[in-house]
This record gives sequence, C-alpha cells and structure tokens, in this order.
Amino acid sequence: MDSLSVIRKTGADLRVAPNFADYAGECRAFTWDRARAGLSGLPGGGINIAHEAVERHAAGFLRDKAAFRFLSRNAPARDVSFGELSTLAGRFANVLGQLGIAKGERVFVLAGRIPELYVAVLGSLRHGAVVCPLFSAFGPEPIATRVNLGEGRVLVTTDLLYERKVAQWRDKMPTLEHVLLVSEEGNTTNIPGTLDLATLMAAASATCAPAATSAEDMALLHFTSGTTGTPKGAVHGHGAVVTHHATGYYALDLHADDIYWCTADPGWVTGMSYGVIAPLLHGVTSIIDREEFDVERWYGILQDEGVTVWYTAPTAIRMLMKCGADIPRKYRFPNLRFIASVGEPLNPEAVRWGKNVLGLPIHDNWWQTETGGIMIANTPAFDIKPGSMGRPLPGIDAAIVRHLEDGSVTVIEEPDVEGELALKRGWPSMFRGYLNNAERYRKCFSGDWYLTGDLAKRDADGYFWFVGRADDVIKSAGHLIGPFEVESALMEHPAVAEAGVIGKPDPVVGEIVKAFVSLKTGFADSEELRRELLGHARKRLGAAVAPKEIAFLPTLPRTRSGKIMRRLLKARELGLPEGDTSTLEAGG
Amino acid sequence: MNEPEIRAVVLATLQSIAPEVEADALRGDRPLRKQVDLDSMDWLNFLLGLNQRLKVEIPEVDYAKLVTLDDVVAYLQARAA
Repeated sequence: MDSLSVIRKTGADLRVAPNFADYAGECRAFTWDRARAGLSGLPGGGINIAHEAVERHAAGFLRDKAAFRFLSRNAPARDVSFGELSTLAGRFANVLGQLGIAKGERVFVLAGRIPELYVAVLGSLRHGAVVCPLFSAFGPEPIATRVNLGEGRVLVTTDLLYERKVAQWRDKMPTLEHVLLVSEEGNTTNIPGTLDLATLMAAASATCAPAATSAEDMALLHFTSGTTGTPKGAVHGHGAVVTHHATGYYALDLHADDIYWCTADPGWVTGMSYGVIAPLLHGVTSIIDREEFDVERWYGILQDEGVTVWYTAPTAIRMLMKCGADIPRKYRFPNLRFIASVGEPLNPEAVRWGKNVLGLPIHDNWWQTETGGIMIANTPAFDIKPGSMGRPLPGIDAAIVRHLEDGSVTVIEEPDVEGELALKRGWPSMFRGYLNNAERYRKCFSGDWYLTGDLAKRDADGYFWFVGRADDVIKSAGHLIGPFEVESALMEHPAVAEAGVIGKPDPVVGEIVKAFVSLKTGFADSEELRRELLGHARKRLGAAVAPKEIAFLPTLPRTRSGKIMRRLLKARELGLPEGDTSTLEAGG
Repeated sequence: MNEPEIRAVVLATLQSIAPEVEADALRGDRPLRKQVDLDSMDWLNFLLGLNQRLKVEIPEVDYAKLVTLDDVVAYLQARAA
C-alpha cells in the first residue's frame, strides 16, 4: 500500500471531539478494571447487562429519552423510551418467572426487528436467563439444530414464523417447553401449544429486580459455524458488557446526543452487541428499521432521522454502490459524522466511495462471534489505510502467529508476514466456552493466545490486513455458514450420494454458497432434479443458509482418509492451480 | 401480454429461484417476502430475472413499490410491451 492512498485525517474531519484521540497514550493507560468503573454494577455486587443497558438510565435523567425509534413502512415511527423499555422488560422478566424459567436457562428469540424482540432480549437478561438469537431467515432445520444444542426452554417468535418454520418440527425439540407468540397483524394469537405474549405481558407486573448475576454467569449464547460438525454455541457472560461499553466508546465513538443506526439484524452477534446492547449502554437513541434493504429507504433514513453514527456491512455498502451515485445526490446527510462497517473486509473502493458519495470514508473493523465485541478498528481520529481493518483497540493485544510443530505458536514480529491472527486472552467479552463442547473450545487456544482462524498480516505501522480464512467456512453477506450443515441437508435427499459445499466469490455478498453433488445409482442429473434439490435445501435450511447454486459431478474428490476436498472443488470452480493433490484418492 | 400470462412468468421466475414455492399457496395481496423465504440476493435475482424474461426495466427507485405478487404483476403489465 503506497502512502498516497492513505486517507489522512485532520481536525477538519472531526465534527465532535473524538473519544479516542491519542492512540499510544490511551492504549498504555487503559485497564479493564478502569473500564469496568464506567459502569454501575448491581446494587449488591455483580453485574447484569440489562441493568447497565436500561435500568440505570431508566432510574435517572434519561428516563424519557428515546432508547429506540422503530421504523416500518406501514406505520408511523414508534419511540420507546428508556423508562418504557424498563417497564416492558420488567414485565417480560416476570412472565419468565411465572413460567418457571430459572437463571441460566435458555430463551431463544426468532423474529424480525420488532419491538417485542428487544423487550424479550432485555427482559431475559434481567431475569438472569440466557438469550440465544436466531436469524429469522433460517429454515426449520438450522432452528431446530440450535434449539436442541442450546437446550432451549422458551422460544419467542411470531405467529407467521412459528407456522412456517417451527410448528411441524416442534416434536423434534424436546427441551422446548414454552413458545411465546407475537401476532404479526397485531391481534391475539391462538395457536395450540403456544402462548400469546401480549396477553401474558398485560397480566404481568412491571416491577422486577434484576437477577443477581456475576460477570461469569452466562448471558448470551451465539451460534456460529465451523468447517465440520454441528454449529457451536459460543457462551458469553454478563461481564462482556464491559467490552460492549468500551468498544462503543472507542470504536463507534458514541456520544450522548448521537442518533445511531446499526443495520445488522439482532439474529446475529453484531445486531446483538451493537444493535441492542452498546447503544443502550451509552444512552443514545437507536434507529431500528423493520424493513428489508432498500436503496431509497436507506438514504431516506440517514437523512430524515438525522443519523450521526452509522454501523453497517460491506454487502449493504456494495449494494448501495451498485445503484449508482445519482440516488444519494437527492439526499443530504449534514448530521452524519461517522460510518463504520463490519462483517468481511471492506474493499478499498468502498472505503473511498463513502468519502466521495456520503462525504465520509467508511471505517472497517474486525471481530467475530467468539470475541463478543470489536477488537481491531479504524476510528474517527486516525488515518485509514483502505483495505485494512485498522489497529487493535485499547485493552486488546493482537498478534500474527505462526504454528510450530509441537502445536504451540510463536509471534511473528516482522511486519507484512502472513500468519494466523491471534488475541491474548483476558478481555471481558471473550467467549467462555462452546456449550457442551470443551474439546472444541480448548482447540481455539494455544497458551495465552486465542486463535481466530483468520489469516492476516500486520504492517510496520501496526495496521492489520485480512488475508483469508484458515478453514472452509463460508462467509456470505457477513454471516458464517458451515459447509457441513448444508451438506448434511442435501444428503437427506434420497437422490444424493455425496455433497461438497464451497463459498463461490461474489462481488456483492462476498461469497455465495455453491453445492456440488453426486447422485446415487439409479438417479440421473437433470434440470428438474437440480430444482428439486434446491427447493429441498431451501425448505430445510432457509434462504440465508441454502445454496444459491447446485452443480452435479459424477464423483467428488476425496482425500485418502475419505474427506471431501472442498478446497479442490473451490480451486476448480475458480480455475486456480489445484495445488498438492498427493493426498487425493486416485481418480478423484 | 395479458395479466394471466404475466402472472405465469412472474411465478415461473420466482420458482426458478425458490423451487419450493407452491403457487396455489401464495396470496397475491400479501407481502411476498412474508410468505416466501427470500433473502436480499434472491430478491435481486428475482427482479433481474423478470427484467430478462419480460424486457421490462425495473429501476432501483421502484423496488419499494413491489411488495406483493399483485404489485409486481400490475407494475409489469403497465410496462410490458
């Protein structure tokens, strides 16, 4: 990267004094104990995310300030104040109490961005139950898999989603005792085997003391995908709130009077950590839009709501870019002062597009489900090297490591050398385990280092650059998709003998899911069968996980030990050299 | 093209992206994406497919008008040759 392409920052770029202005000084002075002191803690000791996010504001001068502003196409905007949110979350917590849900038990949420979802999340945390978000575009199979792995006792969803994705699979989820429904039409729901949430809420008291949770008590369970096996439930404790707060301050530069819009869905970790928790902690007003991505709508929201800080994703930015520069010219964004992006590396053109079209460069940052919060970031006061994820935040010790023969790792001190990105353990939102899978958790660490699975480089100025994944996990529209989960669903079809699934590069969403299948004897490939398999996979997995493309192959390449070689399928798809195929089965 | 012909093309385009869709089960007056699981990419591919099959330009500014199946059919009918 030549220095000419660096986006230099000057005082003129800053509309408010940035929270993070002295990189070296702040990193040196920072301690997590000091960061913890910025929160109130529970009256009797301990810490609770909902208490920090809602209760302490509701009890103070922010009581009547809008915590959320919910937007939808067919209804006027609805503001929910911190005080109102506290009342609603209290009612929800009492509903859980009446249902006999104990501290540490899992409450799954599956819904679009409706107010009830946010209330359920905060009420569950206040009750001491564990929140496990599901993406509403998941199909029945990913939903059932996660509810079972997470031993979900309660599911909060809507009547339509329940009927489409849960009802027929209910008997496959034996731990699931209570389903609480929200009517999408605003009525009372009446479906056998479920309870109407609004009815329960109306009858419940709003008074509810927060559960006596400690920093290590489980608060959030986020499922993420690996290359092999079932999804992994990453466990986060209530103490993670210290990271949510500190990163909201350093990486998102949140100030009390901000109007903040995080476009991520709370079905994923970004939408939970930064769409729900971090803005509430800072007492700012968040915009929540219920609708799907729409170019004019999005520019309209940025303008009309006076958004000041915008946290979005590369896929959305690239979709905006695709629609050209004429549409944004119709809008003005005088209040917008900071744009950040996460999900996958943001290409340099997109960083600069922000500067040219929106008047501000886009600041990429990096983190993952396991880290619970932003770890490495570009922030308002510092120069951007377009294409880089930025520098580690205060309190985060990041390095590039090399694996040694004995299984240990060594830090690569030399700049610009590729290795695995690793983080020194000890930040509060570090995941505390994969639920019921100690072995997989142990494998993520080497000594004091958490190994991220991402390959990266660090340059001489301390900026980190993403290179690629160390495994076969697919990253589509910023979400991780495990090839195994997709392959397993395809294998359930009677015609399929074997399936191999890869990420095929795509200019907008990063990668799309592409499946290669070979057929059992007696089945012939045809367009009709291809469509049948596509429909089969979509019905089970949902649009977010199912393949976008399916191709037939006579056989799939396997290693001598019998594993399907996804990397070879990918190399062939891309027309790349196939590399070392010595472990390949003859004829594969 | 008349309305039923356009509707048939719209359904065929939808089913090429989401083959699991049963045309009889769809309600034309309800938001399509509440009835069929379509992510942003599926939706763009659907509109692109309609553009290719019917030679009707669908500018991005009009996407917001296309919520139900009936909206899509009426929009295309007004513009199809």
